[in-house]
Parts: sequence; C-alpha cells; structure tokens
Amino acid sequence: MKKFNGKVLFLDRADINTDEIIPAKYLTENSKQALKPYLLEDLELDSFLAERDIAGKSVVITRSNFGCGSSREHAPWAFEVNGINLVIAESFARIFRQNMFNCGMMAIELPREVIDRLFSVIDQKDTELETDLEKNVFKISANGKTEEIPFAISDFDRALVEAGGWVDYADLKY
Amino acid sequence: MGRTIVEKIFDSHRVDNPFGDIHVIRLDAVFCHEITTPIAINDLEARGKDRVYDPSKIKAVIDHVTPAKDSKTAIQGKILRDWARRHKIRDFFDIGHNGVCHAIFPEKGFVRPGYTVIMGDSHTCTHGAFGAFAAGVGTTDLEVGILKGVCAFRHPKTIKIDITGRLPKGVYAKDIILSIIGRIGVNGATNRVIEFSGHAVESMNMESRMTLCNMAVEAGATCGICTPDMTTLEYLWEFVKDEFPSKEAAMAEFSHYKPDPDAVYDKIIEHNIGTLEPQVTYGYKPENVRSVREMEKTKIDQVYIGSCTNGRIDDLAAAAEVLQDQKINSGVRGIVSPATPKIFNEALERGYIKIFMDAGFCVTNPTCGACLGMSNGVLADGEICASTTNRNFNGRMGKGGMVHLMSPATAAASAISGYITNSNLYQG
Ligand code: SF4
Repeated sequence: MKKFNGKVLFLDRADINTDEIIPAKYLTENSKQALKPYLLEDLELDSFLAERDIAGKSVVITRSNFGCGSSREHAPWAFEVNGINLVIAESFARIFRQNMFNCGMMAIELPREVIDRLFSVIDQKDTELETDLEKNVFKISANGKTEEIPFAISDFDRALVEAGGWVDYADLKY
Repeated sequence: MGRTIVEKIFDSHRVDNPFGDIHVIRLDAVFCHEITTPIAINDLEARGKDRVYDPSKIKAVIDHVTPAKDSKTAIQGKILRDWARRHKIRDFFDIGHNGVCHAIFPEKGFVRPGYTVIMGDSHTCTHGAFGAFAAGVGTTDLEVGILKGVCAFRHPKTIKIDITGRLPKGVYAKDIILSIIGRIGVNGATNRVIEFSGHAVESMNMESRMTLCNMAVEAGATCGICTPDMTTLEYLWEFVKDEFPSKEAAMAEFSHYKPDPDAVYDKIIEHNIGTLEPQVTYGYKPENVRSVREMEKTKIDQVYIGSCTNGRIDDLAAAAEVLQDQKINSGVRGIVSPATPKIFNEALERGYIKIFMDAGFCVTNPTCGACLGMSNGVLADGEICASTTNRNFNGRMGKGGMVHLMSPATAAASAISGYITNSNLYQG
C-alpha cells in the first residue's frame, strides 16, 4: 500500500484542470517517470512556483473541482512520481478522482468550511499531514499544533487503495 | 418507479454491485487512441496480462497526432498498431483511413442505443447522442476494460435539460451547449449524466446531437445522452438493417432505452433557446461564455475549424456558406481539419474544400491536430485563436495562447474580418 504522509502543498484555486497539472505536449511520453519534471508546469498562481514548491511535498490540499478537463491519467502519475499520493479537495472531477483510486492513490473530499479554515488559519509553508486509515483521520501539524480532521472513504475506494489499484482488483474478481 | 435512460442501461449491463453505490457494468465497446492506450498496453505487458477480452468489441484509431510528428509520437502509433495486429483487432484505423475518434466511430456504426462504451478520452460523452452510456475514463479503467470488458461507476444520477424554443437561424447546437455550460458552470453536472430532451433536441440531426453531448463533460458530466428516436434509427439503419426484419422492429428495440415518463431526476432544468444569440467563450474556462456581440472586435491570429465537436459535414457546410466568394483577413491563419476521410470526401464533392482553399484556408488531413496543441496549428505565446473545439484552458493550444470557443459559422465570419464577429447567417 502507498504512503499518505508528509509535507503539504497548498494550491489555492478552484477548477485546476489536468492540462495545468500536466500539459498535453508531454502526453507523448510512454513512461510515468518521464513526467516528473513537468508537474503543474502550466499552473499560474501568485503563491506558487513549480520549481520551488513541489520538491519534498507528499500531499496536496486544494479547492473545488480539482482535476477537471482531460481524462489523462498522466495527471495522477505526475503526482505519483513526485511522491504525492494524496490530494485533499473540496470536490473533484469524476475521472481524476477515479484515476487516483485506480492507481491505489487517494483523492479525499472535505467540507468547504474545513478547507477554508485550512487555507486561512494554517501556516502553509510548514504543514505536515499524517493519514490514519484505521481511524479515518488526518493529523495535521502546523504552527506547533496538531489537529485531527476526520474524513470519509467509501468501501470501494478503500478496497482499491488496499489492493494497490483497480487492475489487480478487477483481474482477481471478474 | 420510473427509470432514466442510463438507469435502464445500467440495469441491463450490471455484472456486480460490490459495494452500495458502485456498479460494475459489462462493456459493449472499448474505444482506443494512440495517446492514452499505449501506456495501458505497456502496463498489461509488464503485468504479463497482454490479452483483450473480445477483439471484435475493441475499436482503435490513431487520431491525435497523425502523421506522426516526431519519434515519440511515432512510437505511440507503433505500439497501438502492433497491438492491434497482435490481437487481431479488425476495426483499427491508421493513416489514410483514420479520423477523430468521436467522429469516426459513430460514422462506422459502432455505437447503438443502450450500448455501454468507455474510452481513455474525456469527450467519449459524445456517443451518448445515440442513447448510449459512453464515458471517458483514465488509462487504468481503460486497461481493465481491454482485459475484462467491465468498468465500475457510481450510480448515475441524471440531470434533465429540457431545451425549449426554436433555434434562431445562424445559431447552432454549439451555441446551445456553450450557453448551457455558461449557465450551470464547469462543475454543474459533476458525477451526473445530462439527459438532453425537448423539442429542440428532437428536431436535431445526429451531427448536432453529437456536438451537444460532446461538451457535456465541460460541465463535469459523465455522459450526455439523447433519447433514441427515428433520427437515430435512420442514421444507424445501414449498419443494423441485417439484424432487424423492419425499421419498426429496430425502433421497438431501441425504444427500450427511452426514459420512463415518471423517471426520477436529480434536477430538471428548462433551457429556452428561442432568443439565443451566437455564443463565444472568453478566459480559460468553458463556463466563461458571452454572446458574440459582447466580444465583437476581439482581434484574432488564427482560426481553427475541426475537432470532435465541430469537424463534421454540417459544420463544414455552415463555414463554407459563410466563406463562399470571400477571402480571409490577411492577418489571420485559417486551418480547417475535416474530422474523418468520409467527411473530407463529402466536403470535396460538395465543393466546400475549394471554397476553403479559395478563401485562403489551409486544409489538413483528418486529425485532432491543433485542438490539444500537439500538432497542426500550435499557438505562440500571446496569440489568439477563434476555434470550433471544446476547451479553452490556459495553454491548451500552445503555451501562452488564448482560445475562444465558438460555432463554425462564427469562426468563419471571424476569419474574414480578423476579429470575433457574428456571421451573416445570423440576423438577430
Ligand atoms: S478533437 Fe480535441 S477534444 Fe476531440 S478527441 Fe481530439 S484532442 Fe480530444
């Protein structure tokens, strides 16, 4: 099973699309590893610089409708090869969310108030997150304090995470 | 309790219901193209599972970058080509016979009412025009589809959009869907299916219905869907005529996939188009929609007519009507890509290709080309394109480029003037 712990990257905008996560011109790559340098290359955000902000991060926290647009699974892969296996958002586009779990990664939705609070209260430079999949809580540490935030995950999504993805799960069952 | 179209399709295709809201359904077709399928093929090989569930149900095309533009795209084509040969996939379309996936597969009669289809491409929702459940998926879902012929979905809630009123002249299905996305937003139908109904849809031909369903995903929808009717049947008749004793018998079969009058919808939206003006996007989201009038005088550098949204024969006809005996502005590069060889041929026979060339357009082979900024018309930083495609995301057609989405008639008129403008076909 993948790891869902580590430093958090905050992306403060709704509707970040998969073209911004990994531009179409890199879809000619036939290996996941080759996508590594191009993650979020076309994302223009005041507070964000890809070459400065991605390294060392393991979790993304962002706003609504994350991963909309193209169906490219290159988007989750580009996160995966950069060591990011968990994206937390107010909501996701369907295909992106499914792709994450299909790869044994996690895309978890939290209520808007919780996301708003995380963006406004927390020191975004230095936040760490630990996932407890037994108790369904995220332990978020920032500003010298740790708080526990509960989350929901469906039985199906959990089964995919535990199986390491949909291919092994489906090949066994169907 | 009454059921929606998609609920009926799910009920007749359910293989498993492993967890509450999750339905594993049997697939009638798996479509493949050379951008998202090669990684699935490589992964299947690496897992020692290089198999296909049924070669007759897999359809594949090289369409995004064709002819190959460099070594990497050549390899992608080769992986798909070798795989199609290896598994005896008969319906594989390579150069000379290839076209944009969502235009060529319906044209070959591969989609029927009640079908379930997946493809590693978000605009797979286009095929819902035939009363099918057709959804874009990622590479892993595609991989399992190829291997096992199944895919898992949450229970599909349906939003019904009742399109009422009579479409004014010079206004098209593209304008309708842009106005709908402008109204409900890029997130307005996430995890939902949009059932398009109403008199306006009933009177549309299949081409227009495909344009409508094509952009359902831009509102977040899993699939757009239209009720199968005589128009659907007439379009498909040449492909199904050996399977049914009569058109009535075929219609009786297709009618299983009409929604029940008491079907339960998540939401019902009435959308009146009686006074709709031609629409155009501004900015980087498909929901940023205005009337062409409000955007008039926006200068453009390139015009692109083509894609799975608007590269069909009716689209070329509308553009050609506007371009007849006209020259495009000297500051504008015009590119037109008929979506399939059949459409290209028909455009030749009807004289549209000559009209485009006389006007100063470059006519390319059938391909996705400029639509996703991979070949055939990539924009330079700061350039602006008037385009009949479906996405205006930042960088979509090339880094730093701006894409304004519009109908083929508006795009053709804009090519002539050099700025975004209404066509003379619209006299509102
Ligand atoms: S024409 Fe554009 S939107 Fe349609 S399948 Fe090709 S790249 Fe995708």
